[in-house]
Amino acid sequence: MNPVATPFFFYLLSGTMLIGGILVITRKNAVHSALALIAALLAQAGIYLMLYAPFVAGVQIILYAGGIMVLFLFVIMLVNLERAQKERQFNKQWVVGLAAAAALGGLFIAVYTKGKAMFPDRAMPSGLEGQNTQKVGELLYGQYMFAFEIASLLLLVAIIGAVVMAKKRI
Amino acid sequence: METMLHISTLHYMVLSAALFLLGVIGVLTRRNVVIVLMSIELILNAVNLNLVAFSHYWQGIQGPGALHGQVFAIFVITDAAAEAAVGLGILIAFFRNKETINVDEVNLLKW
Repeated sequence: MNPVATPFFFYLLSGTMLIGGILVITRKNAVHSALALIAALLAQAGIYLMLYAPFVAGVQIILYAGGIMVLFLFVIMLVNLERAQKERQFNKQWVVGLAAAAALGGLFIAVYTKGKAMFPDRAMPSGLEGQNTQKVGELLYGQYMFAFEIASLLLLVAIIGAVVMAKKRI
Repeated sequence: METMLHISTLHYMVLSAALFLLGVIGVLTRRNVVIVLMSIELILNAVNLNLVAFSHYWQGIQGPGALHGQVFAIFVITDAAAEAAVGLGILIAFFRNKETINVDEVNLLKW
């Protein structure tokens, strides 16, 4: 099946992502930031679907929008400070920070103008639908078995670390 | 007009770079620790987008079995989950001590 209206969906989803990102870093209320971030993450899941990565899109929705963001919202509710919204939202080094970010943006633009010819306008591959999840699973449990086990160990360490950090007295 | 109508890997890279920049600006300028952590999530997502876009590009060269970028994106999502859990745990411990969530008031280790 050939994709339909790819440019329309690309610009719609990327616009959602960029607006969501801008809202994340400008809102005063942390809950609003979290909701904007959820919108951006869902739009990114749509972009994964456009790139024929349905498994990653599902993981994105379930883990990011469903798991991590719920954790964020939960912590925001725990530490919610009315005071924090009335205070300064940006730190004293924001000029330096913006300058550093602008330098990074200049670097990106330089790389773009010099390097865009390195990516020939290749016709996107077709016939990728189907079996994506199976192939990802084969790679995860075959070639990347060791990395997979290390990732599970990392999650175990993170669970213990989170409990130790958040508990009042051990 | 042709470039507008054809979405190539370059488009995804530009989007990814823009998201990365937004995340960097958030990390460097905001005071609220929760929003700094969310900006880190934005950065990780920009990287993931790049990985999946290049996986798609690579599949055009090597056939539909070349999914290494997507596998790596899954590992990055795992890392993001671990980082969020530990970061928010540290945030709760810090909030219990200092009753604030501003980055520039995190000075317990400063002599």
